[in-house]
Amino acid sequence: MTQSILPERREVVMLQSAEMKRSNLSRRKMINRAFSTIGLLAILIAMATLVALLFDLVIDGVPHLSYDFFFNFPSRVASRAGILSSWVGTLLVMFVTALTAIPMGIGAAIYLEEYARKSWVTDIIEINVNNLAGVPSIIYGLLALGLFVYGLGLGRSILTAGLTLALLILPIIIVATREALRSVPLSVREAAYALGATRWQMISDHVLPYSVPGIMTGVIIGLARAIGETAPLVTIGALTFIAFLPTPPISSEFPFISFQWLMDPFTVLPIQVFNWVSRPGSDFQGNAAATALVLLLLTLAMNGLAIYVRYRLRKKIKW
Amino acid sequence: MVIIAAHSTAAANGAALVKVKNSKAEVRNLNFYYGSKRALTNVSLSVADKAVTALIGPSGCGKSTLLRCFNRMHDLNTEARYEGEIQLFPEKVNIIGDGVDPIEVRMRISMVFQKPNPFPKSIYENVAYGLRVQGIRDKYIINQRVEEALRGAALWNEVKDRLNEPGTALSGGQQQRLCIARALAPKPEIILFDEPTSALDPIATASIEELIDEYKGTVTVLIVTHNMQQAARVSQYTAFMYLGEVVEFGVTDQLFTNPREKRTQDYITGRFG
Repeated sequence: MTQSILPERREVVMLQSAEMKRSNLSRRKMINRAFSTIGLLAILIAMATLVALLFDLVIDGVPHLSYDFFFNFPSRVASRAGILSSWVGTLLVMFVTALTAIPMGIGAAIYLEEYARKSWVTDIIEINVNNLAGVPSIIYGLLALGLFVYGLGLGRSILTAGLTLALLILPIIIVATREALRSVPLSVREAAYALGATRWQMISDHVLPYSVPGIMTGVIIGLARAIGETAPLVTIGALTFIAFLPTPPISSEFPFISFQWLMDPFTVLPIQVFNWVSRPGSDFQGNAAATALVLLLLTLAMNGLAIYVRYRLRKKIKW
Repeated sequence: MVIIAAHSTAAANGAALVKVKNSKAEVRNLNFYYGSKRALTNVSLSVADKAVTALIGPSGCGKSTLLRCFNRMHDLNTEARYEGEIQLFPEKVNIIGDGVDPIEVRMRISMVFQKPNPFPKSIYENVAYGLRVQGIRDKYIINQRVEEALRGAALWNEVKDRLNEPGTALSGGQQQRLCIARALAPKPEIILFDEPTSALDPIATASIEELIDEYKGTVTVLIVTHNMQQAARVSQYTAFMYLGEVVEFGVTDQLFTNPREKRTQDYITGRFG
């Protein structure tokens, strides 16, 4: 075995000459430059597409943005049609989604990462969770149609939509949270245990606070995905003409707080876009562009807020 | 093979010969396993009360493994299994017994790790954490203990004006003293040190050694070190471990100047290890 490497050693000796080193270095540098060019090209193509899209939306959409546009219901007449019911619907559906998906996702991740013993059962759960993140969203729509709409009798309501989107983004939140929990070093966990902390004290006092920035990233990616989803909501039958608002949650009569809005029909921004885009003629195209712009800005605002909060939290935690 | 066996019996006898006055803990016939792999064999040892006991030996000899039995750190690993006993005085409770909650043990026996591992929280919160987990809420008591512990770790004067700054912003040596203060705050009965200076520069090392030296007479310390000079400088008792066994245990001065065992002699004169 040891003798067989001897012939190759001769080549190594040849490489030692200064000239060889120089020509080899210039080749390596060329490869380095080539890769940076390819990388730059890739990012330019992506950016150009995004800018073109935004530009197009702004040109078509901005003339339609007005006070009335935000506070009118949809209408048969393009110039009077607005997005009041859809942005209210989006906010309410996202509220339900966030309220269910965030605690469930974080809870599941904590259990899987910190409590569950490694076994074939947890392995299967893990593979499943990772695969669920890649399931087409319309499949979730079909599941929701069978389970929430018919099985549980929740109807085509805000609650059904919120729960459907929560299911959709649950794997994203779980995977991101586990990643964040895993990044807390063992030494810090041991330090907490060594002082007599229980597992939960160790998690709630240390692991969880230190991984909030990472968890937030997952939550934002998940919510940003949910806010733009159309297919699963169309599947549960949300593609209808909604020219009214859900029941207000606060009323002047006893018991003052009402949860009726959860069961009300709704529409959301991406469905409104889909609705208007699919109409014949060009009357509603501008409305669709304006709505898409609102949706895009809403997503950007959410991401921006989250990045800011994450930045503030990261500054507080120094390793 | 025969020679090793002879050594082992001699070691067992040698370890039994030394009686410590006032022991705080007694290790008796301790065997420790990771799965099917035996990491400690028939370890017997006394930890003297309010004195410094050092565990020395080459890497992989089981000295850190033995140390981590004292606060049941191995319980975090499901493969770990203890056999034998570590009796903690005065109640003579076997702290590795099945009926004993590891959390209870850790509240009585605290630990300082090899690499400084402060929490990414304020200096104050780092030191207070051992009290907070126990449910102590009284601000007056916590303030008092935090100051005491920081003084005990010779860190008070350096940090008293910036208790709210993150502990991780301190220098390496200060971080390790912060970890010592954190271990001192709950007033533990024994403090375990797991090679506390191996990640530090010589000046920081000297300050930690000075600190440990000051603890004799007030705190019971069990320290693992790969540095024989350090053991000689800070400890009153030393155990030399090799391949998971205690080869020789005795008064530090005697063990270093006049070891009974040939293997101890070979190790301290640098012939192996």
